[in-house]
Amino acid sequence: MTTEVLIDVRGATVTRGGRRILDNVDLTVRRGEIVTLVGPNGAGKSTLVKIALNLERLDRGEVRRAAALKIGYQPQKLALDSTLPLSVRRFLTLTESHATIALQDALNEVGAAHHLESSVHTLSGGEWQRVMLARALLRRPDLLVLDEPTQNVDMAGAADIYQIIAHLRTRIGCGVLMVSHDLNVVMAATDRVYCLNGHICCSGHPADISRDAEFQKLFGPQAASALAIYSHHHDHTHAPDGSVTGSVAACAHEHGHHHHSH
Amino acid sequence: MLPAALQLARMSTVITITATEQHLMDSFILRALAAGCGVALVAGPLGCFVVWRRMAYFGDTLSHAGLMGVALGLMLGIDPAIGIVATGLLVGLLLLALQRQQRLATDTLLGILSHAALSIGLIAVSFMDKVRIDLMGYLFGDILSVTGMDLAWIYGGGAVVLVLLAVIWKPLIALTVHEDMAVAEDVPRLPVLLTYIVLMALTVAIAMKIVGILLVTALLVIPAATARRFARTPETMAGATMVLGIGAVGGGLFASTTWDTPSGPSIVAAATALFALILALSAVRRSQI
Repeated sequence: MTTEVLIDVRGATVTRGGRRILDNVDLTVRRGEIVTLVGPNGAGKSTLVKIALNLERLDRGEVRRAAALKIGYQPQKLALDSTLPLSVRRFLTLTESHATIALQDALNEVGAAHHLESSVHTLSGGEWQRVMLARALLRRPDLLVLDEPTQNVDMAGAADIYQIIAHLRTRIGCGVLMVSHDLNVVMAATDRVYCLNGHICCSGHPADISRDAEFQKLFGPQAASALAIYSHHHDHTHAPDGSVTGSVAACAHEHGHHHHSH
Repeated sequence: MLPAALQLARMSTVITITATEQHLMDSFILRALAAGCGVALVAGPLGCFVVWRRMAYFGDTLSHAGLMGVALGLMLGIDPAIGIVATGLLVGLLLLALQRQQRLATDTLLGILSHAALSIGLIAVSFMDKVRIDLMGYLFGDILSVTGMDLAWIYGGGAVVLVLLAVIWKPLIALTVHEDMAVAEDVPRLPVLLTYIVLMALTVAIAMKIVGILLVTALLVIPAATARRFARTPETMAGATMVLGIGAVGGGLFASTTWDTPSGPSIVAAATALFALILALSAVRRSQI
């Protein structure tokens, strides 16, 4: 793949309080691709995300970013004090100004049309994730970083969210780096998986990963087989601009073993 | 040496008040009211951030360090207000630096800094036999002793604080909503937070005169907590906090002059009464729906 490399982490090593959190980790995200980090709790997923965001210091290794890389970050959750009154409109314009019509369009696109004036404190988990995605849509980042974008969202909602993420990737032409626990669903919308447990256990297309012995050890054979079922949908090739023709997530519900050509 | 005005204010409560003294009292009260309102206008929006960022303890720490600043100022022969701002800045920067290590939680750090500063301040003050300072005045405030110079300091300093706050308002709110998200989106974290700490130190120095070291945080937190009951945007909350603060100053001064209660605590009690009133009103309104 010769598309533009947005972020390139080489040999990242992080030690905190005597504990090695990341050990010699490599990670690359290119424009137009969706990269997912999976791994057990405490595997260093969040630390790796913070390194990509330039929020955490490396003890060894290096991070290279594309010039003038614009980052959009969707944190796991907003530990927002309810004493701060904040409407969705205000949340969407925290660091950038946008016209009302642009705000409304973005909310329409992610299926949260009537929430422009809602208080962010009253949104459900799913509504909140959609609003966050609307924020990414407005910001038009080169690299969108999502930390567990389906937390507190039910299965049907999660499938929806991944579909929106896949749509955003094509729409904005950004690279996506996300953390997820949601093995079953997330793989449908993922181009490359990094399985992390302090070090990179394995990485590659979801289909290849599922056959990896280390992956099976970490997640068990059941997860691996679930992955295999979903992952074959990704035996497609990207267009040179990184976009995929047709929505990847849209066919996630088809479980057959026939081959798709997108 | 107590300021003449203060002596007079104290005396006036025990001796029969003559017409001239009544006139003097009126001008004290007008000055006190002007000072209190000025402080409420500045403390309002800053207090909102104290509440939003859960930094009530930080306000305490800054004001406790203020006593150290008073001692420092007197020792060096400079205006105690300058000493207060200087120690406030020092403590604020120390906290910002200490927060980078992750062994101790911020509230523990603040607990250490706050009480260490208060103790060192009290010890330093006790060493000063030559200059008798009005410790009670510093601890609980003495709004009735406000001078024209104090007023100039309150309104001049207050205007600077509000202008700078307006400049960092938007990025500071973004950092308050989610610091990592704001930083990832290129909000300049350090300059904004440093400015915020400077503004907090200035505000505490200004507010100390009115309610004293021990009650500064109350003036920052209580009106803001009250305003939250009905505010729907950060800006309306800041505005409502200003109005509520002025109400508390008015009510407290009224109580203080009518029943001869200590002014600083009376202002805080009035702010608390407003809080309780709004709480009760919103409870009634909710039960009606």
